[in-house]
Order: sequence, then structure tokens, then C-alpha cells
Amino acid sequence: MKTLTVSVVTPDGPVLEDSFEMVSCKAESGELGILPGHIPLVAPLSISAVRLKGENPQRIAVSGGFLEVRPDKVTILAQSAERPDDIDVKRARAAKERAERRLLAKQDEIDFRRAELALKRALNRIEVVENK
Amino acid sequence: MASLRDIKTRINSTQKTKQITKAMHMVSASKLSKAEDFAKAFNPYSDKIKEVVNSIAGSGQDAEHPMLEHREVKKTAYFVIASDRGLAGPFNSGVLREVYRTIQQRHQSKEEYAVITIGKMARDFFKKREMPVLKEITGLSDQPNFADIKDLTSETIQLFIDGEIDELVIVYNHFISAISQEVTSKKLLPLSELKEESAGTTSSYEYEPNQQEILNVLLPQYAESLIFGAILDSKASEHAARMTAMKSATDNAEDIIDDLSLQYNRARQAEITQEIAEIVGGAAALD
Repeated sequence: MKTLTVSVVTPDGPVLEDSFEMVSCKAESGELGILPGHIPLVAPLSISAVRLKGENPQRIAVSGGFLEVRPDKVTILAQSAERPDDIDVKRARAAKERAERRLLAKQDEIDFRRAELALKRALNRIEVVENK
Repeated sequence: MASLRDIKTRINSTQKTKQITKAMHMVSASKLSKAEDFAKAFNPYSDKIKEVVNSIAGSGQDAEHPMLEHREVKKTAYFVIASDRGLAGPFNSGVLREVYRTIQQRHQSKEEYAVITIGKMARDFFKKREMPVLKEITGLSDQPNFADIKDLTSETIQLFIDGEIDELVIVYNHFISAISQEVTSKKLLPLSELKEESAGTTSSYEYEPNQQEILNVLLPQYAESLIFGAILDSKASEHAARMTAMKSATDNAEDIIDDLSLQYNRARQAEITQEIAEIVGGAAALD
């Protein structure tokens, strides 16, 4: 089976570089599945899990990222990207509760927006760990 | 002439100072190598994001985005990266002097500029001179994570998008080598260099959903990565500067100890000579 090289890089360093058969992820405009030989593409990713399928499948929680596709290579650039093993579940749960409290308290729009994003990030992390 | 005991005390205290500076030198050396590793880990990200941004900006179609737009400059923000601690030679003073001079030259009133500071030294400097400090971070760790500064960078960029500032200049110490750092001042926003640099890019992409949406996501991220890169660069410079400063402090302490030891031995010799002369004089008086 044909494979494509996937590399995930963040400002804190590369997270993963390996070959996989398929990349399945959620872009801002909807779900995307990338197979080898895809045309060059750039798309922003939503806060979500990226699923890498192949011999040893991986799930990665990304936030604030985008995807660059070339026929034989996919690069994911994200402000944060973590494998399930690297996620601090306790911290994610604490962040979730904090964000929920903030959402309940009435606040101006910017804080609301920020809490919403924080909640999304926390939920995403928890989800990735639980569906390992 | 100082007494034997005075000299001895001075030698001891210099010796102790030397021990401290020597330890700090070694600590900085190891922090420097870590900081360099961090900067290296960041490179793949920054290279890639630059490549994609350039290829979009250079794709022929006129990309419109508030961050690319040149406005009439009513307010300039200076993003100043310094450190929390001193003892790093000219590391802090160089940056602060540069910013201060630029502000004095370019602006007449406080309405026209503001500073955003990283590090206690920078914050205190501007607060003391009653200059407007818009945002600040202190106590940043020696190996900062992107998450540590993300809030600051995104707020800064938001200020520009909202039109509260019309220009963002970043001033920091650029790391050249362990013995040489250079104060660098760069105009970060609006992102003007993009279109000029991007002439030679080859790859062309499909954009999902479209170019405009991507720019909305990508440009803030790009600018944030530039700021983060500058911070890492500055951290490496800080450790290098401190290493050099501590090295020369250790060398100076050694020189002083040498001088003092010489003085000490002379004084001791003089005392012995004098004692002998006294004894001889005493013996001669008995005869």
C-alpha cells in the first residue's frame, strides 16, 4: 500500500514524523480525508483530533493549526499538538471546569469567546485520551 | 599601607565572589546550549509557516488582509524583549537604550507610542520613565513554551487588527554567537516584506475553503511565530551575554587576587625584615 509521510510540527518542536496510509482530520470547512497522491492543498484545522491511519495508527489532539498537503507528504503546523500519552488529563479536566464556570458567569464577548475556545481545547484533549 | 590582615580579608572575599561568578558562568553555559536546542526545535515550524505564507502571498492574486495593510501611523507599539535579571553585561541596557532613543527621536507625545515588555528589567525601565506600558510579561522561564506567551502574542496582534496600534516594532538581542549578540529592531506589522520575498516560490496550492479564510488563520499565526522566534533568539542571547559577563568577572577576580597576593607577600616580607632588624638591633645594644 502506498503511504505518505506525515510530520506534525509545533513551535515547541516536532511532535511526530512517520509514514501513514491515510490522514483524516477536521478542517474548518468540514471533514477531510487525505490519501497518497492528493493535490497540493492548504486548509486550516479546527480544534479537533487528527487521525492517522496505517500500521500503527495515531490520534493527535491539535489546536490552532493548519494542514499543508503535497502528493507524498502532509505537514500539520499547529500551535499545540499532543499524542494521547503526552496529554495531562487532570489539567485538561481542570481547564474544562474552569471554562464551564466562565461560560456560566455573564461576561463580555471577548472573555466568552476565549472561554469557549478553552472549553473546546479541553474537551478535545479529554476525548483523544479516552478513545485511545 | 594596608595591614596583612586587611589584605587577607580582601583576598578571601574576592575569592568567594570569584566562586559565585564561576558557578554562574557554568550555569549560563549549560542554559545556553539548551536554549540553542530550543531555537533549533522551533526552526522546522517557522520555516514551514514562512514557506506557506510566502506561497500564498506570492500566488499572484491580490491577497487582502488587515495585517498586510499599510495605514497612516498614528500609534506605534514597541515590543521590547529583555530579561528578568541583570548581571548579563550590556544585554538589557543595549535593548533599552535603543528603544528609548528611537522613541525620543520619533515621537513628540505619549499618545503616539506604547511599549509591550517582556522581562522585569524592561518593565521597570519604562514604568520609571512614565512611558505607557501596554502589556507585560515577567518571570518567563528560561526555556519558554509557546503556551507561555501565546496570550500575549495573540493580544498584541489583536491590537493591530483592531486598529489600536498601526505599527509594531520588535526590539531584541539577536544571537550571532556565544560571544556576540546584536541589538536588532524589526518592523513586524504590517507584514510588508512578504510580497517582495515571495517572488521565487514554486509550489501552488488549492485552498480550502479559500485564500481569504486561510490568510485569516495563517497571518496571525505567522506573526505570533515571528514573535516567539524573537523571544527564543533573545533567550539564547541572554544566556550567552551572561556567560560572557561572568567569564570576564571571573577573570577580573583572578587578576585582583594575583595583585593582592603580591601585595600580601611583600607586606609579609617587609614585616619579617623589620623583625630581624629589630632583633639584630636589640642584640647589638646588649654587647
